[in-house]
Amino acid sequence: MIELIGRAIKEGRAEGIALVSEEPISFYGGVDPETGKIIERGHPLYGSAVSGRILVFPHGKGSTVGSYILLRLKMRGLAPLAIINERCEPIIAVGVTIAEIPAVDHIDISKIPQGSRVRVDGRRVIIYPLNPVNSYHWR
Amino acid sequence: MYLSREEEAMLAGEYGYAAQKSMEILVALGKIYDAERMVEIKSAQVSGVSYKNLGEEGLEFILKLAEDGRVRVPTTLNPCGMDLERWREIGISEDFAEKQLKVIDAYLRLGIEPTLTCTPYLAGNMPEYGDHIAWSESSAIIYANSVIGARTNREGGPSALAAAIAGRTPLYGLHLDENRTPSIKVHAPRLSEEYEFAALGYLVGQIVGDGVPLFVGLGMPSRDHLKALGAGLACAGGIALFHVEGVTPECIRNPSMRADERIQIELREIREAVRELNNEGSEPELVFIGCPHASIEQLMTFLELLRGRHVKRETWILTSRAVRDQAEKLGIVDRLESLGVKILCDTCPIVAPISSLGVRSVATDSAKGAWLSQNLNGLEVKFGPIEMLLEVVVK
Repeated sequence: MIELIGRAIKEGRAEGIALVSEEPISFYGGVDPETGKIIERGHPLYGSAVSGRILVFPHGKGSTVGSYILLRLKMRGLAPLAIINERCEPIIAVGVTIAEIPAVDHIDISKIPQGSRVRVDGRRVIIYPLNPVNSYHWR
Repeated sequence: MYLSREEEAMLAGEYGYAAQKSMEILVALGKIYDAERMVEIKSAQVSGVSYKNLGEEGLEFILKLAEDGRVRVPTTLNPCGMDLERWREIGISEDFAEKQLKVIDAYLRLGIEPTLTCTPYLAGNMPEYGDHIAWSESSAIIYANSVIGARTNREGGPSALAAAIAGRTPLYGLHLDENRTPSIKVHAPRLSEEYEFAALGYLVGQIVGDGVPLFVGLGMPSRDHLKALGAGLACAGGIALFHVEGVTPECIRNPSMRADERIQIELREIREAVRELNNEGSEPELVFIGCPHASIEQLMTFLELLRGRHVKRETWILTSRAVRDQAEKLGIVDRLESLGVKILCDTCPIVAPISSLGVRSVATDSAKGAWLSQNLNGLEVKFGPIEMLLEVVVK
C-alpha cells in the first residue's frame, strides 16, 4: 500500500476504484451531465463513466461552466466519489467546492494504477495494491 | 491565507449560507493560487445565465444562494438563452422560456442587474483604471483589463458570483502589478477592419497561450477594433490582458513597457487564420454580428453599409438592451428592422439553443462567434468582413 500526501482542495473522505486519465478533462462539453460519461472526441477515456469512481487526471480544462457540470453530476448521483489532480485549476476547485466532492491535488498521478482501490482522506491518498479481484470490478 | 475578522465570520456562517458558500469558493481559489489575502472589489460580472448551461441543478444552486444572499457590489449579468421580449419570435419553446425566466428571477433576488450582456462596460458597468473587480466572460475580462486598465482574473460564473456576494476576491494573478507586464512583443501589420482584428486575436491567442501580448504596429485601433481583438485572443488562448503600444492605458502610463520574446505576424498569416475559420461551400441559414455585443457605432455602420437593401436571410444583430434603447432613440432600430434585420438583446447564438431552432450553418464577422459555432455548437461557418455578410443576406 502506498500513501501520498497532497493538498486538500475540498476536505473529505471517499474510497473506491480509480479511473485514471493521463489527459486533462473538460467537464463542459467533455462529460455528459445526463450519463456521467466522457464524451470528448478523441479522449483516451471516451465512453467511460466517471460516476462512483475515484477520478484521477492531471488538471481540468475548458469553460468554467464545467464547475456547474460537476454540480449537476453530484445532484443526480452521477459524480465521481473524489477527484485527484496533479495541479488543481479553478474549474475543478470551484466545482468540487459547490458540489461537495472531496478533492486533493499535488499528487503524482503516475503512481496510481488504473483500476486500483484508492482511499482519499483529507490531503492523504492511499493506494491499495492492484490484484486480479480489484481490477475485475472496475468496469 | 490571511482572512480578516469579517471574512472569518462569513466563512463560519455568521452572515448566512450564501456568504459562507461564497467564502468557501473564494478561499479554495485563494489556496490554489497562493493568495496572501482577499481584496475588496468595485463590481462583478456573472456568467452562467443561460438555462442551456446551468440546467435544473445550476438553477437550484442559485435559488439556494438567493434565499439569504445579496450582492455587496454592483453586479451585472452575462447573456441568457433568449431575448426576454422576443423569444417566441426566434423559436424558443415555452418550457425553456419558463426555466430561463426562473434563472433571471433568482439572480434578481440576489440584487443583480439583469443587463444580460457580454459588454457590461456599454451597459452601465464601467470600471475606473486600477479598480479591482471580479468579472467573468472572457471577452469582458480582457476588455476591462486591457482597454480600461481595471484588474480582474478570469473568473468563472460561480467564482464571480461568490465574489459579488462576499464583496471581495483573492489577491492573486492580474490584481498584482508583476503579473501585468508583457510576456511577448507582437509586431503586427496595420489593420483597418474589425474582422481582421478578430482574426489577429484568434491567431495570436493560439501562439501565445496564456501570456500577455504587447502589440506594436497596429496603428490607432478603435474601441470596437480592440473589443474584437480581445475576444479573439481570449477565445483562442487563455489570454486575459493585452497591451497596444501608444494606445492602451497601461502602455501610455508605462511607455518603456517591453518584453524579451518577440514574434512577427504577416498579413498572409492573418488571411490563413480567416480561412481556417471558414467551412468551404457552407450556405448560412443565419447571419449574425455582435459577438461581443454590438456598440451603437457598429449598428450605425451596418445600417450605412446596407444602403437601404432588404435582407433575404435571417439576420441578427446581437446587442445589449442598453445599446438598443440608445439606438431606438436615434431611429436606427426602426430603420434596421424595416429592412428585415432583427436586433436581439439579452442573448447570443452561442448560449441560445439555436441548433434546436434548426440552424446548421451561420455566417459572422466575429472570430469568437465563428470558432464557438464550429466547435461548441457543431455548426458550419462562414467568417469574414461585414461586406461579405451583406452580400450573403441581400441575395
